[in-house]
This record gives sequence, structure tokens and C-alpha cells, in this order.
Amino acid sequence: MASNPMYQFNVYRIGPEIKIGEVDLSFTNASLFMVISSLAVLIIFNLGSKKNSLIPNKIQLLAELSYTFVSKMISDTAGSKAKPYFSFIFSLFMFVLFCNMFGMIPYAFTVTSHIIVTFVLAAFIFFGVTIIGFIKHGFGYLKLFVPSGVPVVLLPLIVVIEVISYLSRPVSLSVRLFANMMAGHTMMKVFGGFVISLGIVGGWLPLGFSVALTGLEILVAFLQAYVFAILTCIYLNDALNLHH
Amino acid sequence: MFLRFSRILLIYFLFFSYVESAESGGMPQLNPEFWFSQIFWLIITFGIMFILLSKLVLPKISENLEVRKAQITENIEAAEKQREESDKKLKEYDQLITNSKNEAKNYFNKAREKILKDVDKKRENLEKEINEEINKAEKEILDLKNKSPEKIRKIAVETSSDLIKRLIGVDVNNSSISAIVEDVSRKTN
Repeated sequence: MASNPMYQFNVYRIGPEIKIGEVDLSFTNASLFMVISSLAVLIIFNLGSKKNSLIPNKIQLLAELSYTFVSKMISDTAGSKAKPYFSFIFSLFMFVLFCNMFGMIPYAFTVTSHIIVTFVLAAFIFFGVTIIGFIKHGFGYLKLFVPSGVPVVLLPLIVVIEVISYLSRPVSLSVRLFANMMAGHTMMKVFGGFVISLGIVGGWLPLGFSVALTGLEILVAFLQAYVFAILTCIYLNDALNLHH
Repeated sequence: MFLRFSRILLIYFLFFSYVESAESGGMPQLNPEFWFSQIFWLIITFGIMFILLSKLVLPKISENLEVRKAQITENIEAAEKQREESDKKLKEYDQLITNSKNEAKNYFNKAREKILKDVDKKRENLEKEINEEINKAEKEILDLKNKSPEKIRKIAVETSSDLIKRLIGVDVNNSSISAIVEDVSRKTN
């Protein structure tokens, strides 16, 4: 079974079975990597904020660069009104980034390669953004579905498309991250399997591919976290500054 | 827009086809056995991380950044101030140097003028004196020149009267002698 490229995505229980009513809330390998990722984020940024020297040391520089990176990303895409949501977007970006990056360690589990995890994050963002939009603009938020400068004849069609595209936001957001992570890891597993099956003679080519794919996947891991965060910012921008 | 829409449809289709195949053990992601566990632990871990980051860590980082920014601007301001001050000092120094140079020049000029004036005055005085002296001498010479014929006449009259007295022993009237002398001197002239 271990040669199955999908085997790496299996979730299994670690420790005792925890059940509340009919719902199974056991601690699993996915939970373990969530804990590891969030702990790593907390430890790194806590270390990075502990000492304030005028010339930052390496870990402080890392923390401060990440801070300014995310804060610049938010102010560029969603403007200054999005400042109260900075810590959420920062946590989101760091959580997804660390889950992706921990997934790159061999034998590690990739939390974000599970649709349910990314979907819960995306759905939370979707509902949050929608609630913020309705709080800020009342029913005027529905103007988001009526773009200006569209001929009246086309308007019903456009509104329907806009509504569908708005409703598909959580799906596209979650599937993008999940599919990217799953596809990359599956591909690496497949090439790893080729290395074994082709042996010492023919295994070098897939090994080279595997090495190149590892680099690519690290890039994808960062990029998808960035895309996840920046799309959140864009949705937030729609809710905060009604442009249409 | 349409491209995105069609892509989303495709993803939906793939998703649902995966859901069907999951029951035959295709994708572990679509096995709902641990879905609630994953949601539960996601909320716990992400929630704790979010709360700790937003309450403890991020304000500190932001404060650190602000403190550093403030310190840097402060330092830059202080440096600017010092530069301005040094510029001012340099200007003052330059002013001082030019002032003292001017003063020295003034002193020198004054001294030279004074000396020149003195020399001029002395020369003028001297010239005046010399002129006076020359005038005096000329006057004297002129006087002498003017007086000499009369004196000579007088002497001639006296000597002639004396001579006549000695020779003849007669006192001759001076006026007649002088008339004769005048006559003679006119003739000789």
C-alpha cells in the first residue's frame, strides 16, 4: 500500500479515540502537524519579537520582514481600512505557509493537502468577508453584483454570473490550495516510486526530476500561501471599499 | 470571467467525481471519517495561534518596528541638527576670518595713509619754508641791489668832500657835490 501515491494523505489516529457523542475528535497525524505548524509560528515570531535591538538579529529580522511583507501586501490590495484585519491575515498566511513548508519534509503530513482543512479556512473567510460587507454597507453591499457601465440588456446575465462567481469563492480558494498541494506531493511520490522501480541504472532521471520538483514544490508552497492570503485581501477589499 | 467560471465548473465536476471515487478508496481526503476531527483541531490550533499572535506577538513586533523607526528618525534629525550647527560654526569662523582680515587691511591702510599724510605735510612745510627763505633772500638781494647806487653815491659824495677838504681845505657844500656826483654817475651810466 505504501507505493500508492495517495497513501501519504491518509489520516490516522494518534493516541486514544476521543468521541463526543457520535463525533470523532481524535488526535490524528493531521492534528499533530497543525500543532507543530502553529507552535513553530508562535516560537519563531515570539523569539523574533522578544529582544528589540536597533540592529536586528537574524530571527528578529525574519519576523520583522514577514511583518512588513504582510502589512505591505494588505495595504497594497485592501487599503488602510483593512488594518484591523492584519493579525488575522498574518496568522492565516503564516499558518498556511508553515503547513505547506512542513509538508515538504519527507514523511511529514501536509495539512493543507486536505480539502476539508482548506475549505473550512476558505468558508470562514467567505462568511467573515460577507458579514463585514453587510455591516459596512448594509444592503448596499449587494451592489457588488451589479457592475457599473454594463448595458441593461446584459445586466441579468452579468448579475447571475457575478453571484455565482461570488458564491464559488470559497470553493475556488480552497480547491486551489488543496489541489496544488495534493498534485505536487502526488507527483513527487510518483517520481520517487520511479526511482525505486527503475533502480540504479535508470533511476537517475526521475531522481533529477524529483530534485527539481522539490525546488518547484517549495516555490509552490510559498506561492500558494501568498495567493491564499492575497485573495483574502482582495475579498476583504471588495467588502471594505465597494468599487463596482 | 467566463474562463474562470468554466474552470470552476471543471473543478466542481472533478470534485464530485472524486467524491464518487472516494468511496472506492481513491482519495483519503474525501473520506469523511476524520473530517470533524480535522475541523476541530484546525479551529483549536489556528484559534490559539491567532489569539496569541494578535494579542502578544504582533503588537510587540509593531512596537519594535515603530521604536526603531522613531530612533532612526531621531538620529537622523540629531545628525541634521549637528550638521547645521557645524555649518553655522563654519560660517561664523569664516566671518571671523574675513572680519579680521578686513580689520588688518584697514589698520594697514590707515597707517599708510597717516604716514603718507605726515610725509606730505612735512614736505609741504619744508617747501614753504624753503620758498619763504628764497623769497626773503631774493628780497634782500633786490633791496641790496636797489640800495647800492645810493650808497655808492653817498660814499662818493663823502669821499669827494673829504678829498676836496684835504686837497683844498675848503668845506664844500654837500649838496653841490652830490649834484656833481649825480651828473658824473649819469654820464658813466
